[in-house]
Amino acid sequence: MEGGGVVFAFYVLSAVTLVAAGGVMMSRNLLHAVLFLILTFVGIAGFFVLLSADFIAMAQVIIYVGAIAVLVLFAILLTPRSGRDNGETKFAAPAMLLGVCLAAVFLFVMHDTAWQTNDAVRQTWAQPLSAAPSWKPGCSPSNSPASC
Amino acid sequence: MMLFADPLFGLPSWTDAIIRVVLVVLAMTIVVMYLTYGERKVVARFQQRLGPTETGPGGLIQAFADAFKLVLKEDIRPTNADRWVFELAPYATFVPVFMVLLALPFAHDWGVRDLGLGLFYVFAILGLNIVGIMMAGLGSGNKYALLGGIRAAAQMISYEIPLVISLLCVAMITSADTGNEIGTLNLNVIAALQEDRPYVLLQPLAFLIFFTAMLSELHRAPFDIPVAESEIVGGYFVEYSGIRWSMFQLSEYASMWGFSVFGSVVFLGGWAFPFGADAHWSVQLATTMVKSLSFIVLIFWVRTTVPRLRIDQLMSFCWKVLLPMSIVQMLMNGVILAYDWPQELLTLTSGAGAALLVAIIIKRAVRRPSKDLVGTYKTLGAPAQ
Repeated sequence: MEGGGVVFAFYVLSAVTLVAAGGVMMSRNLLHAVLFLILTFVGIAGFFVLLSADFIAMAQVIIYVGAIAVLVLFAILLTPRSGRDNGETKFAAPAMLLGVCLAAVFLFVMHDTAWQTNDAVRQTWAQPLSAAPSWKPGCSPSNSPASC
Repeated sequence: MMLFADPLFGLPSWTDAIIRVVLVVLAMTIVVMYLTYGERKVVARFQQRLGPTETGPGGLIQAFADAFKLVLKEDIRPTNADRWVFELAPYATFVPVFMVLLALPFAHDWGVRDLGLGLFYVFAILGLNIVGIMMAGLGSGNKYALLGGIRAAAQMISYEIPLVISLLCVAMITSADTGNEIGTLNLNVIAALQEDRPYVLLQPLAFLIFFTAMLSELHRAPFDIPVAESEIVGGYFVEYSGIRWSMFQLSEYASMWGFSVFGSVVFLGGWAFPFGADAHWSVQLATTMVKSLSFIVLIFWVRTTVPRLRIDQLMSFCWKVLLPMSIVQMLMNGVILAYDWPQELLTLTSGAGAALLVAIIIKRAVRRPSKDLVGTYKTLGAPAQ
């Protein structure tokens, strides 16, 4: 996990994801915004891969890119004049306000979280499937009869 | 025996990965070139023609001549095309197809990477393919391209559901084979589990659904309405020329090959079925290739036999026939596996389902159109012309 390649990949993915997220906001053309959004989703899937959470990474791709983004693309395809400049929208001020509030919440959470991990915390993390004991019907961690 | 864990020639893992990728890319390019030649030859024979004969012995280097011509052609961009969307669309179509090839096992423990979630990875990445096609359709600034793009997207997201459910059926079956009742999504393990009998014997219905949905995902006849030449002049790549057009062709044939290898691994036993895991790697590779090529010949055969569907027939076939049948298959598997009933019962129930599916297809094929007026014609009282 701590290899140089992983660190390099983290910075490349961060750059791609942030630039694409910026592109979603900046682009005047709705189609371009959706395509940047897809790139952002793929970048986030890349972060999940870096965190060894490959199932979530693929779920991210299949749900967000394969379904949600394509749904938005469909909406654009079927909307007349969807490629028009949306710069004259009246919602600039409320959007800015909402954005600032969201950023404040995120910064607060980031500042308030204890990022250091220890063994007690690590115990609660999800284990890979290969580490799990083989599952049998009627057996669960809380209820394990002698036959398990 | 070469294993995934052993790097080729003892190289560090990054170099090893790059070499494997290069090998797969080379194999893919050669296979695609000869697939275009093979399609022309096979289709020509089906239509009582000869196909390419002039370039090289039996027309064997026709594909290279075509590639050379395409590279030399002018790369035209329409004035009202959306520049970056138009120019990046071929890459967005091609990259997912190529990424699918990275997860496929071609011989025992030999592929680019052995992914624990290989099956899930493949159908997650296949969903990305739609984005490139929509980019081409929307970015070309052409009504035919737009129609082709929307048809392709509507068709692909509809047929993806029965495709994925039929693959889920196989993933359910693996849980009876692995011995620990968990099952697997690892394509290499799925192939190894089929050493005694391929899963097509246990799941004929799922196999039929997979093959039909695969034809649709690949835009092959009879599901080729997004690229129908006689209706919308080629669909989403109508404005492309030269090297960009050939990238669309490359990704189409590469995905055909990728799907065929994938289908042969999941349903026909991949490298493992007749010869087992101890056979020499060249035998296993040949087994995989023969199985995938028979898939491809089947695709060409269907193409020359069945006429193109209309879009309403296409959609109703997906939502009214394939999707319910795939759910029935999944429920049957669930009941049989939950009660640990014998595997012969899987063959029996799924075979009955497959017979039912074939009967439904034949019934739909011989159905005559209604003589009564329908829809707008009915309200207007005018005869349908």
